Amino acid sequence: MMINMGPSHPAMHGVIRIITELDGEKVVSANIEIGYLHRAFEKECEVVGWGQAFPYTDRLNYVSPLINNVAYAMGVEKLLGIHPTERCDYIRVIISEVSRITDHLTCIAACAMEMGAMTPFIYLMKAREYLYEFVEELTGARLTVSYVRVGGVKGDLPDGWLDRLEKALDKVQIEIDEVDRLLTRNRIFIDRVKDVGCISSSEAWSLGFTGPVLRSTGMPRDLRKDEPYLVYDRFDFDVPVGAVGDNYDRYLVRLEEMRQSARIIRQAIEQIPGGAVQVDLSGRPLTGAQMVDAAKMGMTADLLLRTVRVDPTLEGAGKISAERMNAPAKGVVLPPKESTYGNIEGLMNHFMLIMEGQGIQPPPGEIYIANEAANGELGFYMVSDGSGSAYRVHCRPPCFYLMQGMDRMIVGGMIADVIATFGTINMIAGELDR
Amino acid sequence: MADVADNNPVLKHLLDQFRDAIIETHAFRGDVTAVVESARYHDVVLCLRDDPECSFDFLVDLTAVDRLKLKQKPRFEIVLHLYSRSRNARFRLKTRPVPDSDPVIDTVVDLYPAANWAEREVYDMFGIRFLGHPNLTRILMYDQFVGHPLRKDYPVNKRQPLVEERPVHNDRPGMVFE
Repeated sequence: MMINMGPSHPAMHGVIRIITELDGEKVVSANIEIGYLHRAFEKECEVVGWGQAFPYTDRLNYVSPLINNVAYAMGVEKLLGIHPTERCDYIRVIISEVSRITDHLTCIAACAMEMGAMTPFIYLMKAREYLYEFVEELTGARLTVSYVRVGGVKGDLPDGWLDRLEKALDKVQIEIDEVDRLLTRNRIFIDRVKDVGCISSSEAWSLGFTGPVLRSTGMPRDLRKDEPYLVYDRFDFDVPVGAVGDNYDRYLVRLEEMRQSARIIRQAIEQIPGGAVQVDLSGRPLTGAQMVDAAKMGMTADLLLRTVRVDPTLEGAGKISAERMNAPAKGVVLPPKESTYGNIEGLMNHFMLIMEGQGIQPPPGEIYIANEAANGELGFYMVSDGSGSAYRVHCRPPCFYLMQGMDRMIVGGMIADVIATFGTINMIAGELDR
Repeated sequence: MADVADNNPVLKHLLDQFRDAIIETHAFRGDVTAVVESARYHDVVLCLRDDPECSFDFLVDLTAVDRLKLKQKPRFEIVLHLYSRSRNARFRLKTRPVPDSDPVIDTVVDLYPAANWAEREVYDMFGIRFLGHPNLTRILMYDQFVGHPLRKDYPVNKRQPLVEERPVHNDRPGMVFE
């Protein structure tokens, strides 16, 4: 019997179609069809400027958009041969790990819910909400963040953000431990996931698997350890691996990875250089908005001498913070608003970066950048012809290769186990179809 | 060309083995790259995978570039990114399928099963055919789609809706449709 699942199926989050051939309840063969969420990401990148593609990258893996932002920015920076500041690297690590936790929380929550466990879903969504509040405070959005810029980030961390994040991690940890107690030794859950959807490490490797799914087969491959980027080589963390590569291993690997991510964030908070300083030369705090107002009234004489209080809103970004965050590359990074409004060089610099046909112009060449995203290796292959927009951008989504191998994980199993396996693979249609 | 090869043992080894087939090498921003003749493409990939000097056992990515607007010939370029677990190294191999009107190249699915969907995507997006591919059909676009959208001569605004777009009738007073 043929059973068609999807593209819009109540137990499958994400548009994908699985055509299964059944013998009784057993899956004999499976054909996976993708492409239902194709949005021409790569074609659009060729039309817009290098810096304008960030909103599209948000929508690749929409459960951890900050990692996509970071990967894309690192790609353009590699093409340009520039590097942002150390503080910016730390911020990128922190937001990447926060995103990794939210991604894994969503994966385990949805997977458990699809197998009938409603309570963990609610607990984990609560934990995710704690973290989304921080993402929202930092970027202004929960999902469409567009926070990272080529050569830096949009703005510095808000006051006290790191301290509050550290406290929130404790609360998240409590929820994770709660779910750990609810699920890990739960007889019903174990019966559903143990020895289901197995794949061997050699097969996973040959099929291009990366990330938690590959690690669950016992291979300790993690780009953060093997090819450290940003400042990942400065942190002490473990790479959890599974043993047999079944759904239970994938669940356990994700559970442990969240704890390791929290460990990385705590170390990064301790090590991050240059906290937000926030007084002017005479010792008075001054917000960016106040400075812009002063400039509008013509009080520009000592404008550049002042230190501005960091303000994460669009009212005004601090010059000092801009220097602390961004690479000293005038052809890439927008000048701080004080300079744009306060002097002609800043205004011209801003104008040149915004004008069509100008903007960021990397030298002709090609690069590939790989980043350990929540689902595995997220890569960008970029080709520049020296103009203001990309000649070719190709995204290597981790899900694409995972879904390619999914039929081998479900054939031979029960039809009901397709949902469990699909859940632990954590397919995100946004990055699968681009 | 010589200095890049001197610094990289894999490239040096590859040049020793296939000196006549390697058209170009470079290492822009540290990404070691070799361009191989399309006729020897499969042999070179086999060597990169199995030769102990190379042992690139993992296909990271396979894609293509349409070089129409760069005004270079041949028009298309296949780009492979390989990774070696034992050496912890990456390598980029490129080849240029011919002819421009109907580009054809050998498949590498027999060497890397991971290339299956990636080659289907390249076929879908660029119209490059892979000889010996087990199931060379469209993957992201639907079967009725005409043309190959990532080709540089495919207009970015061209629309081919599978289901006809219906005109919006304002038949409810008080509601405004834009």
